[in-house]
Amino acid sequence: MSYSDKVIDHYNNPRNVGSMDKSSADVGTGLVGAPECGDVMKLQIKVNRETNVIEEAKFKTFGCGSAIASSSLATEWVKGKTVDEALTIKNMDIVKELSLPPVKIHCSVLAEDAIRAAIGDWKKKQESAKPIASVVAQ
Amino acid sequence: MSTDVRVPQQLPVTQHAAPQGVKLPIYMDNHATTPMDPRVLEEMLPYFMEKFGNAASRNHSFGWAGEEGVETARERIAKLIGATTKEIIFTSGATESDNLAIKGVAEMYREKGNHIITAVTEHKAVLDTCKRLEKNGFRVTYLPVQKDGLVDLDQLKRAMDDKTILVSIMFANNEIGVVQPVTEIGKLCRERGIIFHTDATQAIGKIPVDVNKQFIDVMSISAHKMYGPKGVGALYVRRKNPRVQISAIIDGGGHERGMRSGTLNVAGIVGLGKACAIASEEMSREAVQLSGLRDRLRDRIMSRLDETYINGSMEHRLPGNLNISFAYVEGESLLMGINDIAVSSGSACTSATLEPSYVLKALGTGDDLAHSSIRFGIGRFNTAAEVDYVADRVIETVERLRELSPLYEMAKEGINLADVKWAGEGH
Repeated sequence: MSYSDKVIDHYNNPRNVGSMDKSSADVGTGLVGAPECGDVMKLQIKVNRETNVIEEAKFKTFGCGSAIASSSLATEWVKGKTVDEALTIKNMDIVKELSLPPVKIHCSVLAEDAIRAAIGDWKKKQESAKPIASVVAQ
Repeated sequence: MSTDVRVPQQLPVTQHAAPQGVKLPIYMDNHATTPMDPRVLEEMLPYFMEKFGNAASRNHSFGWAGEEGVETARERIAKLIGATTKEIIFTSGATESDNLAIKGVAEMYREKGNHIITAVTEHKAVLDTCKRLEKNGFRVTYLPVQKDGLVDLDQLKRAMDDKTILVSIMFANNEIGVVQPVTEIGKLCRERGIIFHTDATQAIGKIPVDVNKQFIDVMSISAHKMYGPKGVGALYVRRKNPRVQISAIIDGGGHERGMRSGTLNVAGIVGLGKACAIASEEMSREAVQLSGLRDRLRDRIMSRLDETYINGSMEHRLPGNLNISFAYVEGESLLMGINDIAVSSGSACTSATLEPSYVLKALGTGDDLAHSSIRFGIGRFNTAAEVDYVADRVIETVERLRELSPLYEMAKEGINLADVKWAGEGH
């Protein structure tokens, strides 16, 4: 199988590899996939709580070249977007950008899941940080 | 921690200059196929344009020349395996030989019984043929293997019953290189009057094979795994002590004593014969050379990387085979990083069906380690310089990919990955 130039580029020069502190209130962590499936992605975002803008994103992936490229691209795309804007990223956008063949589409699905999981984790943290008075006032 | 962002050094991919004496790309996938030995090609060439006759043309010199080439090849193959020339049938390759052996025995001995025993680690040419026979009223037992890849002889014995007509167990495995206790299996079968077939595709020309000493009744051979051409192979069928008969699966003229019709691939057969002749001369020396290179590759890699696991028995193994799992790194991404080296992986991502290697699974290797496996097949034309280069590239790529791996990170933090509740489980 030959890879698209973009996949090769992301593989050779992955963007935003690394980790952030999971326990930080501004960090959302998404961990998706499973080792026995051959695909595990960890995607983290750091969100500005005033503006809801994703200021920083990091990833680590266990998976094939297409999986690494998909998650690397995902971190590139979410940076600078608000959390709600980032939720509009669809896996087929990733497929198109990286020219993924049909057999690798599931890698892009996992990357989209990782974005959602990270955002979901961050949102949960914001919910539980709300002062009790405002919760009771619902 | 004071900062909430930990950034490892972005590792650039180094330009890979080949060291002295190493030509890129390197081929180290000799279980998939082998380059032709120049001596084999030279032997074959006259049979394309000068001695092009049909070996079955009995009445003129063109045919006789073809026939002579074929018969010389037959002798060379028989000599390599301890058989007689009348026991060698030519086919299009080991897949056809496996089909002919199993279907041919099944049909011929159907009155006697309908039970066949094989193993879960067999090549698809054997497994799929058995599956087809199951649809036609045959019972097949697929023996499991032990952690080292070897069949359990007691399990084999217990599986045999009075309806068993055939045992088919491969001599050496194509993925993990493990060599089965063929002599013991053969003896068990001989004692019970059960026909023993072995797919010897990966073993012929690499390790000693003797159909009499090892009680083999039927055996599949392939040319392109032993520096011969693709598209040609042979089937050994025992004629004495006991006499084994098989039904043909291809009809049309009755060539090869009625067992395999069709005009012979003379040039290909000549090539197979020459490959066997070379093996007869050079096999023992070459085995020492290959295992030396293989051990060198293994030691260099495993001394520099932790959490690497060899799949299958090292003791009962083909001299040039190495199959290693690199924990926390996925196989296809590893292959991508060593794209100037030809090897293969047991990862699901490299297979058309997205299933990880069933052979590794049969060993009890977890799916995650199956996804992380690489098979190296060192052959006649590989050198020590190539082995060192390959080892170093593998080490460097594994290290780079582990920096990218969330699993490696979790393991280093002391998390037991087996305890984690994965989001993707059960999909």
